[in-house]
Amino acid sequence: MTTPTPPPDRTARREVITHPRTAAARSNAQRRGVRRDVTEQTELGVTLMRSLRRAQLRLALVVGIVITVVVGGIPLLFLAFPGIRDARVSGLSLGWVVLGVLVFPLICLTGWLYVRAADRGEAEFVDLVERS
Amino acid sequence: MTGSWWPVAAIVAVVLATAAIGTFGVRSRTTSDFLVASRSVTPLLNASAIGGEYLSAASFLGIAGLVLTYGVDMLWFPVGYTVGYLVLLVLVAAPLRRSGAYTLPDFAEMRFGSPRLRLLSSVLVVLIGWLYLLPQLQGAGITLRALTGAPQWVGAVVVAVVVSVTVAAGGMRSITLVQAFQYWLKLAAIALPAMLLVGAWYRDGAPVFADGGWGTPLSGYGGREYPLYSTYSIVLATFLGTMGLPHVLVRFYTNPDGRAARRTTLAVLGLLSVFYLFPPVFGALGRVYTPELAGTSAADTVVLLLPGRVFGGWVGQALSSLVAAGAFAAFLSTASGLSVSVAGVLTQDVLRRESRFGSVATRFRLSTVVAVAVPLVLALVAGRTDLAQTVTLAFAVAASTFCPLLVLGIWWPRLTAQGAIASLVVGGGSALVAVVAVLAFGPFDELGGALLDQPAAWTVPIAFVTAIVVSLSTRERDPRAVAAALTRLHSPEELEPRH
Repeated sequence: MTTPTPPPDRTARREVITHPRTAAARSNAQRRGVRRDVTEQTELGVTLMRSLRRAQLRLALVVGIVITVVVGGIPLLFLAFPGIRDARVSGLSLGWVVLGVLVFPLICLTGWLYVRAADRGEAEFVDLVERS
Repeated sequence: MTGSWWPVAAIVAVVLATAAIGTFGVRSRTTSDFLVASRSVTPLLNASAIGGEYLSAASFLGIAGLVLTYGVDMLWFPVGYTVGYLVLLVLVAAPLRRSGAYTLPDFAEMRFGSPRLRLLSSVLVVLIGWLYLLPQLQGAGITLRALTGAPQWVGAVVVAVVVSVTVAAGGMRSITLVQAFQYWLKLAAIALPAMLLVGAWYRDGAPVFADGGWGTPLSGYGGREYPLYSTYSIVLATFLGTMGLPHVLVRFYTNPDGRAARRTTLAVLGLLSVFYLFPPVFGALGRVYTPELAGTSAADTVVLLLPGRVFGGWVGQALSSLVAAGAFAAFLSTASGLSVSVAGVLTQDVLRRESRFGSVATRFRLSTVVAVAVPLVLALVAGRTDLAQTVTLAFAVAASTFCPLLVLGIWWPRLTAQGAIASLVVGGGSALVAVVAVLAFGPFDELGGALLDQPAAWTVPIAFVTAIVVSLSTRERDPRAVAAALTRLHSPEELEPRH
């Protein structure tokens, strides 16, 4: 791949101003370009798709590992530190507070961050394919 | 037996509302209409429908009953039911939508091109669906008995009949609206009484139940042996099983594209998180106000009985009616979703070529009756099991079968059809042995009891290892087809014009 990957900061999307006729001609040209490599699975297309799949898998694994360690580690934490297990927060045991309430915002936040990152990864891939 | 007909009136109202909203969809005619609402459902509506469908008897009644009896460790059930959706979001949501398949067997065929694998998946979808329908029907029986003293079979039959009629009449389009409505009904029915109960508890001077290990994690309270093993087995079953539930999967095809599938799942996470704050409140306050239910077969009715116990007069009556309505919404919505999925698979894979049974719509209706009748018979003959426990067995089977199939199938090109078949047979087989043992001969005690009650901790690893080992020792017959399938699963919609 000769095209450099776009910079990670994508808060300001670059606006390109083109004449509609130019845009139409260009989009036709692109259809014969890399996009077709992807849809028709030439060697280049398969390689490109593999890179997207691996990037998305890395993201999924990072989220999965974080959740496994943070949420899945709670029972071990209780087992290893009886002090934490028996701790009380205004009369309620810590187990209640963590498992009954605190864990839920954590789950939603993780999901939100994941969706943002996954969408961004795909948008960058589409940009890359359309522009080359 | 409360001697009041208010809750019965509320249940009748829910049933009628379900039937009425369901009737809007009667014009469903094509296969697409029946199975996936012609893929035209917006994310918020779809998320409410998924929430409505997912929050079953186990969530509405079962969690509170388990918390009442066994204490704080049972909070892993709601946590697991929610994290299961997060895992689904991260690993399968968008690719699954992009697979373009209607059902799990469709996905198996699209990825592996193997008729045998397709058939095996169909069998498993039907078995998991029936296993999950069973506690819904039992829950209905328990509810009606607790509120009116009617024999237990009445509630099961009522739910079975209503579900068959609604599903057969409208299929998925009507179901989407019905279930979105039922999510909000369930949330209101659990949140309002829970908040009022907490208020009443403060007014009473916040009496605390003498603990004895009930509020302490991993204490094994209530006679649970091997609490650490059980906790991790629940975690594994719920985290990984959600993605393999047939009624959960079919919902992804109603999103317009992969990105919408992610948005919808995120909204579902929010809706579930709000709902699951409330059921444990009933379990905890039940410890104070209805301690005699703990450890008995009536523990699952604590959500239904607690409002009437704490509040007298019309307030108690009104709240009891509200939770009864919510409970029936839970049975109806989950049972409808499961019936649609099971009937869809039966229509496509068993009656596909059987045109002597009439048009596709007629065959779908016939399949619906079969899908509901089998678990109804099981509910009538089976003994009592805890609702949330039975549901977790369904999660364990799903986690030991469809989780490896989906996760490895989507992300690992080397997974072969033979590997997938071996994994379904070995993982599903061992989980089903545990399920049959528990349902027919249980409960057991000692280590064997823990291993059979919560089989996921050993069956899920076995399933994954089998899939990987067999795949590595076999050769993919058509690598180009696999590459094509993976491209389809992972390419953003902008790149590929779709049907």
